[in-house]
Amino acid sequence: MMNYLKRKIVIYILTFIFAVTIDFIIPRLMPGDPIAVLLSRFATMPQATQYLHGYFIEAFGLNKPLWEQYITFWKAVLHGDLGISIYFYPKPVAQIIKEALPYDLALLVPSIVASWIVGNWLGAYAGKNRKLDSYLMPVFFFLQASPYFWFAILLAYIFSVKLELFPLSGAYSYGIIPSLSWAFIKDYLHHWVLPFLSLFLVQLGGWAIGMRNMIIYELEADYVRYLEALGSSERTVMRHAFKNAMLPQITGLALQLGLIVAGNVTVQVVFSYPGIGYILMQGILNQDYFLIQGCFLVIILTVLAANFIIDIMYALIDPRIKAAYVEG
Amino acid sequence: MPVGKSKFEVLKIALKNIKFKVGLGIVIFFALFAIIGPLLVPFDNMGYYPIKVGDRVIPKPTEPALPPGSLSKVFTPNGTVEVKHYLGTDSFGRDVYAQLTYGLRSSLIVGLLAGSIATAIGLLIGFIAGYKGGLVDEILMMITNIMLVIPTMALLIIIAAYLPYRGIGIESVIIGLTAWPWTARAVRAQTLSLKRREFVDLSKLSGQSDLQIIFGEILPNMVSYVFMVFILQFSGAILAAVGLDFLGLGPTKGMSLGIMLQMAVLWNAINLGYWWWAIPPGLVIAILITGLYMINLGLEEVFNPRLRRE
Repeated sequence: MMNYLKRKIVIYILTFIFAVTIDFIIPRLMPGDPIAVLLSRFATMPQATQYLHGYFIEAFGLNKPLWEQYITFWKAVLHGDLGISIYFYPKPVAQIIKEALPYDLALLVPSIVASWIVGNWLGAYAGKNRKLDSYLMPVFFFLQASPYFWFAILLAYIFSVKLELFPLSGAYSYGIIPSLSWAFIKDYLHHWVLPFLSLFLVQLGGWAIGMRNMIIYELEADYVRYLEALGSSERTVMRHAFKNAMLPQITGLALQLGLIVAGNVTVQVVFSYPGIGYILMQGILNQDYFLIQGCFLVIILTVLAANFIIDIMYALIDPRIKAAYVEG
Repeated sequence: MPVGKSKFEVLKIALKNIKFKVGLGIVIFFALFAIIGPLLVPFDNMGYYPIKVGDRVIPKPTEPALPPGSLSKVFTPNGTVEVKHYLGTDSFGRDVYAQLTYGLRSSLIVGLLAGSIATAIGLLIGFIAGYKGGLVDEILMMITNIMLVIPTMALLIIIAAYLPYRGIGIESVIIGLTAWPWTARAVRAQTLSLKRREFVDLSKLSGQSDLQIIFGEILPNMVSYVFMVFILQFSGAILAAVGLDFLGLGPTKGMSLGIMLQMAVLWNAINLGYWWWAIPPGLVIAILITGLYMINLGLEEVFNPRLRRE
């Protein structure tokens, strides 16, 4: 297991270096001058423009040689300094992200966990039961094929505009100030339902399809025939098949994370939900390059962290990796 | 792997598979819709009614936000023309049906281009890594694993955000350049199992170069697999493009399904109850991708009898 983990850690460190380098290179490689684009927003204030131009050139060390800029960029990143946002000037990007991140986690973590559990369970059910399978498969396929944000639009139209059950946008009502009071939590959960459902349902389809295919493979395996020949109950057989089919689903979880993050970005835009995705959109619309860079870094970091946790989980569960560890 | 079976035979078995048939039907329907659909209405790709004044074409909107099936009048220099809006109009009086067919056209083009690029890169890296092995394999797989962990969409967003001008071509290239890693891994695994077969040894003995063996011996044995990979890349690319377009990072000119959805959300089509503007573009994508997935599952059942259950 140590070897497995060492290998993984090397990959993660390299990925992080690669991501920060991309974050550094892209604005410098792209045609045009990002600073000039930023400053066009202040065109009516010539003095401010001049001051800001000097400030940004200075702050980002754009007058220095590239390698020196690269090192400065790394130092800043490692200190958690992601620059100053232009759109939310003079708020630092790091602070904006810190305020938005809890909303992302509150939406993503439950939707991933819930869809994974329910999806695997439903998929196993469909894999076992042929009649149910023919009805459930098209539904799973349709869910998985839907873009997250379109599903959000659909849910918003049905449950918010037509049935008026849930609010259409925001993470809480305008009149309420975020706090840990019961009134706020109730209001927050009310706003949380629709974005959660759109992420949950689309992911559910994917997990169910994966599990269904795995279960069909497993039920044809030799050990299942052996168990059946021994006269084991269907419950026992299913328990073994389910356990074996779980492993690839855990790897799948790590691979899916990137996609889920993307889905989260678009869903937040539909519901004006104040997480990183929504902030990122503001950055894009207002050409706030530092905000875009900061969001990219944070998205990468969270995905890396989540992937790493899943890898450790996998190492603890997979008997082959566990065996290698016990044997030394 | 259907080694030894002719392609014709495979197709015959596939056409007996109900999932494959339904999926193929859906995809063919939408392909025809994208090709022929625009010809059936007088509107341009933005849903405007083009009026000719001399040599110039002046696009003209009709009445805003009409429900599906409405008729409306367009006043032209040559008199009034009555037009029918199959899917109604948006808040700017532009025909939704026209936007939908033209939009589907560009989504399919991006899907084909980006899907091909991603499949080609994935194949090349997978083949080389799997066939060469050793240090080359280590390095290529390291790069692949790094790309695999980075969320493609986040990478796409920052690349797209910095491009001052974007067209369908550029969009396809950047989607293709970021979507290959899982294909490379899968192809590498297939290559590893194929390269141990006798016919590869035979080719080696006859002095063929590595590239000749890869493309002459290994690739032909993986045609069906490559086709399935391409279908998944194709649908993934369509979804990625729709997401980018929705965020306003798609083509800066023209129409696409993602741009339709972006406009619908931006101009509050949901609050205003204009469902015919916000729902159809996504529904078309969801059904089309469902069709592609069904083709894939059908083929999987054809090549892998264990999954078949009759």
